[in-house]
Amino acid sequence: MNDGRGLLVRVNSVDKVFHRGSEEIHVLGGLDLEIPEGEFLALMGPSGSGKSTLLNLLGGLDRPSQGSVEVGGQRIDRLSDRRLAAWRARHVGLVFQFYNLMPVLNTLQNVELPLLLTRLSRTRRREQALLALDIVGLSHRQHHFPRQLSGGEQQRAGIARAIVTDPTLLLCDEPTGDLDRKSGDEILDLLQALNREQGKTIVMVTHDLHAAARATRTLYLTKGTLTREPEA
Amino acid sequence: MKYLGLVWGNLKRRKLRTLLTLLSVLVAFVLFGYLAAIRQAFSAGVDVAGADRLIVRHKVSIIQFLPETYEARMEQIPGVANAMHMTWFGGEYQKPTNFFAQIPVVPEELFDMYPEYLLSDAHRAAFLATRTGAIAGRRTAERFGWQVGDRIPIKVVAWRRKDGAGFWEFDLVGIYDGAEKGTDDTQFFFRHDYFEEARAWGSGLVGWYVVRIDDPARAAEVAAAIDAEFANSPRETKAEPEGAFVQGFANQVGDIGLIMTAIVAAVFFTILLVAGNTMAYAVRERTSELAMLKAIGFTDRGVLGLVLGESLLLAGVGGGLGLVLAWVLVSTGDPTGGSLPVFFFPARDLAIGILLIAVLALAAGILPALQAQRLQIADALRR
Repeated sequence: MNDGRGLLVRVNSVDKVFHRGSEEIHVLGGLDLEIPEGEFLALMGPSGSGKSTLLNLLGGLDRPSQGSVEVGGQRIDRLSDRRLAAWRARHVGLVFQFYNLMPVLNTLQNVELPLLLTRLSRTRRREQALLALDIVGLSHRQHHFPRQLSGGEQQRAGIARAIVTDPTLLLCDEPTGDLDRKSGDEILDLLQALNREQGKTIVMVTHDLHAAARATRTLYLTKGTLTREPEA
Repeated sequence: MKYLGLVWGNLKRRKLRTLLTLLSVLVAFVLFGYLAAIRQAFSAGVDVAGADRLIVRHKVSIIQFLPETYEARMEQIPGVANAMHMTWFGGEYQKPTNFFAQIPVVPEELFDMYPEYLLSDAHRAAFLATRTGAIAGRRTAERFGWQVGDRIPIKVVAWRRKDGAGFWEFDLVGIYDGAEKGTDDTQFFFRHDYFEEARAWGSGLVGWYVVRIDDPARAAEVAAAIDAEFANSPRETKAEPEGAFVQGFANQVGDIGLIMTAIVAAVFFTILLVAGNTMAYAVRERTSELAMLKAIGFTDRGVLGLVLGESLLLAGVGGGLGLVLAWVLVSTGDPTGGSLPVFFFPARDLAIGILLIAVLALAAGILPALQAQRLQIADALRR
């Protein structure tokens, strides 16, 4: 698996249990995963299989009930809430299915949002946000608000926001799930380019085989465990 | 400052709701400012009352007269520095609603007793030299457009002249200013010798006395000595510190401070509910956005700060504009046309207003902000 490249993510014996009243729901059980630097990994599986939960654990949005999550040599499951937030700001770019753009901010301001947490000057923030918009081909829409953009454009803005801090890891939760085929293909082209040309490590959750085909590796999550092949 | 755009943008999300909330807060603070000015007007005399001055009136009521001869007797009492008498004239200028106090005085005694009434040397000399002379406070002079040299006719029912006339005429020889903002500069003083000579009845009687004492710490003791001096006489006295006298006057209307506080408290409680409701909705309807902010690296405290910032901006803009508007309205002057001579928005109440803005912002925003702070990212993103 580690074909000469450094290992970026190591998930070791991770359990994740949710509590609903007195009921315990075991979503992930003893899960192991290694992701080398520069990989484009697709995670597939039926609804409720734990794909998004795993993505949340990789991005430090949630903590495992047991086991460890190591990214870039750092045990993120051991970080305090405050340090975990700082870690996310520095190392993780998130792309959501429904874009999650702020409707009250224009495209440029939305992309600039993660940079507010840095010490960059206003001018530098603007420059960096414009560069990110340029990469996703959305410079001409910088002053438009999300409601004025198509779904594909909104997702491009979402990707620009995710890459604006130059994160170590790009996590995409069904990035084409709300788009038509053409727009979805454009987004996948963009993710592929980010992976191939800029060496971004990408983990993408998807239901779509067509989307997963763009990844360098696909894993299937079934009943809380990972397999190389879908369950028959 | 870099988060201001984000905070302001969130408030603009529901423009009508934000506008209505802003207006509610604005109206509350206008009311606060205006009521503060009214309360100040009622207590102004108390605030600027001389600690070394006593008021001596008839024991039964201030409308009962005292003999003019009491002045010399009072000045013999140990602890009394000097005394002067005043009498309520109660006239009207042009029409009954043009209310202001007119008081006959001995000019030298007035200047000595009330150094806070500032008068130029020329005006002072003119008042001493003119038997029909009068001086008016700056506010009253400006109210009626009086100039030094004007002849002021005052109609009075209670004090008819010996010649049967109900009109008195005075020559305005001076205009005085107040040394402090709360000093009453609406009064009209004229000479007692002119009054004494021309009035048809009541010769030798005066309304009340103002007594300066040597040591304010001995006020109660000196007041008791004055009352003892005239005990068992046909006209017994009641002496009390000037502040207590003015406060007693104001209390005839009611406990103004308590009434104002009750009104302001009721208004602010209502506004707290309005602003709190706005903030609660503002947070509830964008749970996923707040989760997104946390996901991209905003800390729990950062999100708490953003929501509190919105609350502070809402209360700050509404309350700030309200205080400014209250100041503008109060600056237009006494709304009663003379019954509240000292009418202004005190700096102390302005500071309280600013503090109230902060309290309102915190109280309205803290629960939604804590809710936002506790938001679990993974759960909230699924909603």
